[in-house]
Amino acid sequence: MPEQPYEPEGAIAATGMGGAMDLAMSEAETLEKGPGDGNGPSDKPRSLWSDAWLDLRRNPVFIISSLVILFLVVISIWPSAIASGNPLKCDLANAQKGSAPGHPFGYDGQGCDVYTRTVYGARTSVTVGVCATLGVAILGSVLGGLAGFFGGIWDSVLSRITDVFFAIPVVLGGLVLLSVVTSSTVWPVIGFMVLLGWPQISRIARGSVITAKQNDYVQAARALGASNSRMLLRHITPNAVAPVIVVATIALGTYIALEATLSYLGVGLKPPTVSWGIDISSASVYVRNAPHALLWPSGALAVTVLAFIMLGDAVRDALDPKLR
Amino acid sequence: MPAMTKTAEPILEVTGLVKHYPLTQGILFKKQVGAVRAVDGVDFALGAGETLGIVGESGCGKSTVAKMLVNLEKPTAGTIKYKGEDITKMSGRALKAVRRNIQMVFQDPYTSLNPRMTVGDIIGEPYEIHPEVAPKGDRRQKVQDLLDVVGLNPEYINRYPHQFSGGQRQRIGIARGLALRPEIIVADEPVSALDVSVQAQVINLLDRLQSEFDLSYVFIAHDLSIVRHISDRVGVMYLGRIVEIGRDAEIYDHPTHPYTQALLSAVPVPDPEAREHRERIILTGDVPSPANPPSGCRFRTRCWKAQERCELEVPLLAVPAEFRLTTDPTAHDSACHFAEEKHVVPTDDLDDGVK
Amino acid sequence: MLLEVRDLHVEFRTRDGVAKAVNGVTYSVDAGETLAVLGESGSGKSVTAQAVMGILDTPPGKITGGEILFQGKDLLTFKEEERRKVRGAQMAMIFQDALSSLNPVLSVGDQLGEMFTVHRGLSRKDARTKAVELMDRVRIPAASQRVRDYPHQFSGGMRQRIMIAMALALEPALIIADEPTTALDVTVQAQVMDLLAELQRELNMGLILITHDLGVVADVADKIAVMYAGRIVESAPVHDIYKAPAHPYTKGLLESIPRLDQKGRELYAIKGLPPNLMNIPPGCAFNPRCPMAQDICRTDVPPLAEVDEDRRSACYFWRETLDARND
Repeated sequence: MPEQPYEPEGAIAATGMGGAMDLAMSEAETLEKGPGDGNGPSDKPRSLWSDAWLDLRRNPVFIISSLVILFLVVISIWPSAIASGNPLKCDLANAQKGSAPGHPFGYDGQGCDVYTRTVYGARTSVTVGVCATLGVAILGSVLGGLAGFFGGIWDSVLSRITDVFFAIPVVLGGLVLLSVVTSSTVWPVIGFMVLLGWPQISRIARGSVITAKQNDYVQAARALGASNSRMLLRHITPNAVAPVIVVATIALGTYIALEATLSYLGVGLKPPTVSWGIDISSASVYVRNAPHALLWPSGALAVTVLAFIMLGDAVRDALDPKLR
Repeated sequence: MPAMTKTAEPILEVTGLVKHYPLTQGILFKKQVGAVRAVDGVDFALGAGETLGIVGESGCGKSTVAKMLVNLEKPTAGTIKYKGEDITKMSGRALKAVRRNIQMVFQDPYTSLNPRMTVGDIIGEPYEIHPEVAPKGDRRQKVQDLLDVVGLNPEYINRYPHQFSGGQRQRIGIARGLALRPEIIVADEPVSALDVSVQAQVINLLDRLQSEFDLSYVFIAHDLSIVRHISDRVGVMYLGRIVEIGRDAEIYDHPTHPYTQALLSAVPVPDPEAREHRERIILTGDVPSPANPPSGCRFRTRCWKAQERCELEVPLLAVPAEFRLTTDPTAHDSACHFAEEKHVVPTDDLDDGVK
Repeated sequence: MLLEVRDLHVEFRTRDGVAKAVNGVTYSVDAGETLAVLGESGSGKSVTAQAVMGILDTPPGKITGGEILFQGKDLLTFKEEERRKVRGAQMAMIFQDALSSLNPVLSVGDQLGEMFTVHRGLSRKDARTKAVELMDRVRIPAASQRVRDYPHQFSGGMRQRIMIAMALALEPALIIADEPTTALDVTVQAQVMDLLAELQRELNMGLILITHDLGVVADVADKIAVMYAGRIVESAPVHDIYKAPAHPYTKGLLESIPRLDQKGRELYAIKGLPPNLMNIPPGCAFNPRCPMAQDICRTDVPPLAEVDEDRRSACYFWRETLDARND
């Protein structure tokens, strides 16, 4: 996003005032051109994105949540940078022991180092969250966007299909579908999330494409003889993508939580994969003896989910045209 | 005003134009249960260099006619001939070539410009769609020339639409319409969203561009005063049909259709002296639904002259029999069985501004 | 005098600065009289009316000075509770967009009846009877059947009649109509304006008509106040102003509208745009667009000078304006 110095200007001053107010806030300059035209509109291009970026940069919620997320991304790429141990190297002799030098979070029931496992668990959560969100966003917005743009029978069919998917309870669906899977990788879980998650995005993408499609500038492009792909890519997508981004960001946090839920229930990820959900599940058995083994992965999970949801909130506030 | 140059060969000829929007029921398998007859048999011709005004109240179908002229809607029936060729049957390359010559100016300057594109991209887009018109290197210059032509500073090329006021945005929309050097511009209520003092600027601009670029206009509006100002000929629409059409003085000073008379008499005139001695025809009721228009003459449900014949027989748009032998301005097309002239616009106490 | 607004000031505080929407407006209207407040968007005409009605959103709006005398008492000194009793019962407002001003989930009968149950304490049944009477009065056909219909089942013109009925329900002394016919078609507009004028005569109400349409003003108003950038620039009886405007802005407006009765030459166009209310030009707010502007107009705010007994103009050169023609 281009970075622009902020300059208050009449153009967006109507914020917070009712539509009935007849204030000509944007009528800031004269139509006369030629000499003396020193008071034209400000020359710095300002688009929705640059306005949103200005808003975000001043929002502490955004700054905190993005710092947390940045940290998570870094440690999931190089977990060894802050955790030198091996999450799979466990010694039963240390089982359920409290914190010790070099092992600040103590040991879990298998005698594995909780600190190392918590750090390595971030990779799984971030991978699942990001991949599931990308899959959902791409599949959902392509299907929903095309259905919204072309309408007709395909739109009707797609709408009915999304209704069917909305009727499936997520956890029950996970128990049924994932219990037959034997692979221990993250991909079946991601696949399941994409399968059940795309209708949510598709519905939003469809709605915002239909709204954008009705704008006169799309009609104007059509009257010029623009092709469907030009209208979709140049005119509709840039104006319809904001709600999809907002919902996808918030959904990312919920996918991470869903992975933990499924792993806890034993149908998500399976050892030897390191995951917060698996650790929470196994630690809950001996929670009275070693509460720390439950506390750290749950805490990491809660902070991560919260960070993504807060980021989504901040992005929504910045992109929501009704608030600006 | 540019001189009226009505040539023998019309540049655009519309015959029997019809647009019905089907009303459907059902979720997946839709069944047609009726139709909204938005446009139901419209004929007119546009001469080169001429301005044809189309007036009517909301729901009369005037905007649908505009959309069909620029191919945003496919007619249900009828032909639109551009220089003798029917554009409703065209597709592919031939259609694209015709589109270049018929451009549109939209009503709402706030929704007709893409907020994510700079002014340069908006006005330059026609060249990207029709690359044969301008080689890539020339485009920036062409866009700046167009900005200059419509009265905007050419340096504004990198700005976004929200940095402009309504009147300036409408100028940008006009510049986009001019980019391909069209012969015909269809303007759908181009000034109705603007402030009074800005309207005059845009109307004057449209006037100037017409003579500068040899344009023919189809000017659609509900404001009868503006239509008179800019038009050479005027068509009055009611419920999907043209009820009266003729040169501006024929329609405004010698209307023969009761609907035109009522419409003209209802327009508030900015002259308080006129209010005492003006005869006003106040119509009763509302415009019927275009999904279920009255039989015969569509205006009969609100017409004070209506008789049984109006219910049974559709009046044709032609010079009424009683005026057919005269040459005075009453002899113009009017779709009424009982057409008669009635003066409704006060003219006597005003200096004659016609040049 | 029924209503007198004296030197009213209203500001809007936004995160980008202070917008001075109304800067010293003075006008008055008497019982049975129609005052037209004419202005473009941003002139402050609607904000003034909202301040009079007491429906201004505060914040961001704030009345920073002036008096609003209604039947001799300053409304700005009233408590909100007292103010609410005045609203609806003694002064009422008609809005431009009848569809969004009516509640879509209540039948029109319920909405009209509510006026009587809330303000007059009538029973539901009596209120319903009153509602039908009102609908008859604004000439809605088959009122007794249609009283149960919902707003979306009426046409635009009929909805505006219902709005008028609602405003008239308690026979207020003052009606403020904010662009009441702008959204309507021209034939329906004539019906609604006629109805409004007739009821006003019948009930001897004061009417403030807020509009940008010089034609509508000429048709119904007794006197006009022309507003520009939050100030009254000219006020006069309706006949005088159309014959010879005494302010260059009024003059420009009158000459810039196309006429129904003549084809005419090129329109006179006021150059430039209305000012940004956050940054009103010093001196006369109209000076950058004015063909007659002199140095004094760029430095000093012109006072509302007396042209004759009931006529005022806020222009240093009103004498010249009366004589001159814009060309």
